Amino acid sequence: MAVTTATRPAISVSGLRKTFGDKVVLDGLDLMVSEGTVFSLLGPNGAGKTTVVRILSTLVPADAGSIRVAGHDLTKKPDGVRAAIGVTGQFSAVDNLLTGEENLKLMADLHHLGRTEGRRRIAELMDRFDLGEVARKPASVYSGGMRRRLDLAMTLVGGPRLIFLDEPTTGLDPRSRHAMWQIIRGLVAEGVTVFLTTQYLDEADQLADRIALLDHGRIVVEGTPDELKRRIPGGHILLRFTDPTALHAAARALSVAQRDEDALTLQIPSDGDVRSLRAVLDRLDDAHVEVDQLSIHTPDLDDVFFAFTGTPASAAAGHDSTEGHR
Amino acid sequence: MTSLAYTLTDSATMFRRQIRHIQRYPSLTAMLIGLPVVFLLLFVYVFGATLGAGLPGGGDRSAYINYLVPGILLFSVTGAAQGTAISIAMDTTEGIVDRFRTMAISRASLLTGHVLGSLVQTLLCIAVVLAISLAIGFRPTATPIEWLAAAGMLTAIAFALIWLSVALGLVSDSVETASNTPMFLTLLPFLGSGFVPTDTMPAGLRWFADYQPFTPVIETLRGLLLDSGIGNSATIALAWCAAISLLSYLWAKRSFHKRAAR
Repeated sequence: MAVTTATRPAISVSGLRKTFGDKVVLDGLDLMVSEGTVFSLLGPNGAGKTTVVRILSTLVPADAGSIRVAGHDLTKKPDGVRAAIGVTGQFSAVDNLLTGEENLKLMADLHHLGRTEGRRRIAELMDRFDLGEVARKPASVYSGGMRRRLDLAMTLVGGPRLIFLDEPTTGLDPRSRHAMWQIIRGLVAEGVTVFLTTQYLDEADQLADRIALLDHGRIVVEGTPDELKRRIPGGHILLRFTDPTALHAAARALSVAQRDEDALTLQIPSDGDVRSLRAVLDRLDDAHVEVDQLSIHTPDLDDVFFAFTGTPASAAAGHDSTEGHR
Repeated sequence: MTSLAYTLTDSATMFRRQIRHIQRYPSLTAMLIGLPVVFLLLFVYVFGATLGAGLPGGGDRSAYINYLVPGILLFSVTGAAQGTAISIAMDTTEGIVDRFRTMAISRASLLTGHVLGSLVQTLLCIAVVLAISLAIGFRPTATPIEWLAAAGMLTAIAFALIWLSVALGLVSDSVETASNTPMFLTLLPFLGSGFVPTDTMPAGLRWFADYQPFTPVIETLRGLLLDSGIGNSATIALAWCAAISLLSYLWAKRSFHKRAAR
């Protein structure tokens, strides 16, 4: 049993296409998500992540492609899919006029849970998501983090085996963000399959078993976080100097070509470890070059995009990508 | 459970949700009651004596109250229908409807819940407006059977206009548009026999007033509550209600499915 479930795909997609008007949003997408894993679709705003989630969760029909979700053909058995999935979208789907408890009760009723089972489930979720204190308050007064927690709790009332999380932490403060990550890890520990979209590389890195990079409606690259990071050369040390003489001296001492004459900066490729940092500083000391400022830059979404598409994320997504990176 | 049983259970759940909404958003109901009450008092106490004198055979303010109330009741229904469009647009412009769509629930249940909730709200408005009318001198002559028939007539037109508002709310892109589009409905009782008899109107307007759906409804109510004679108004009124309900239902259902594909 365990062997067969581990290899059965929770989602399999091939040749998915979607256009809105004359704009091609998804251009032959192929995806495979194994049961019990976290799959992260990474891409900037406007890359089509939300469209993928809306199609896979039966909200929007695909133009072409064969799609199976939770063992059901999406076009033939949408209700079979709906019964197995839970969706928490980017824009919170809570009823503002109802209290947190009533929102959960509404879900329990719509899942036909029955009075006792419904109550048990609601109590359990309120406890787990730390919503007990605000249970009797209308959702309209909830903070951003509380709303996301309530939103996700509502998604879980029916006990879905596959959940879609569309940018679950966008707009959250760092603390709520980490709380959300903990919750997602908890779900995974219970064997739930998670399809996560995000525009943050660190989020995908923290949570996902596999990451796929979405660009111009296609998967550009797919692999484990480690596989991807190994192929990203974006990590570097950035050195800033006070005058061009120092800049040129440093460039000679370190024999690097990547320099910016206007900003008076040098970029030295590095994965940010102490040893390589020390080596760089030692060579600068030997050459008697004074460094004005030093910063360590770890790969971000822009680097990933640059590495695999040749364009930064902001250019890849076109004009509406102002929030493409933090 | 069978799928019909699920449809009923889900509709009941959505209906309870609407009732909660009405409780949590009392200012909307207050506004829906307030407007017809203001019009009632305005027409009775400001224009009442003059308009009463213009009634066939002549009359006073108290004669005008009796003439006016059926029109005001219908005016209340049109206002309440506006509330339906607002609440449906509030729902669809927020994420909650997308959540419902990704669940294995009866698709029609959300709309059914809205319609039933609005119907309760509308009947509540009518009851309050009627109570105030009686307090300021409305003197109906109806028997209990005629009262029941009048209630049935009001429910039928309310049902039809609520479905129409559901469709109008669904095709609106924002709550603001949704609150404006059903506005033309509130004008219709004026362009019919709601406030003055149609025979004083100029020919073109009079033709419209005589043949538009609200006039037979008002004449039926008047006939039932005040013994003014119904003629074939009841048949025409019910035919209009059935036609509006059916077409609006189909329109609403289509818009609801189409909205999903955006």
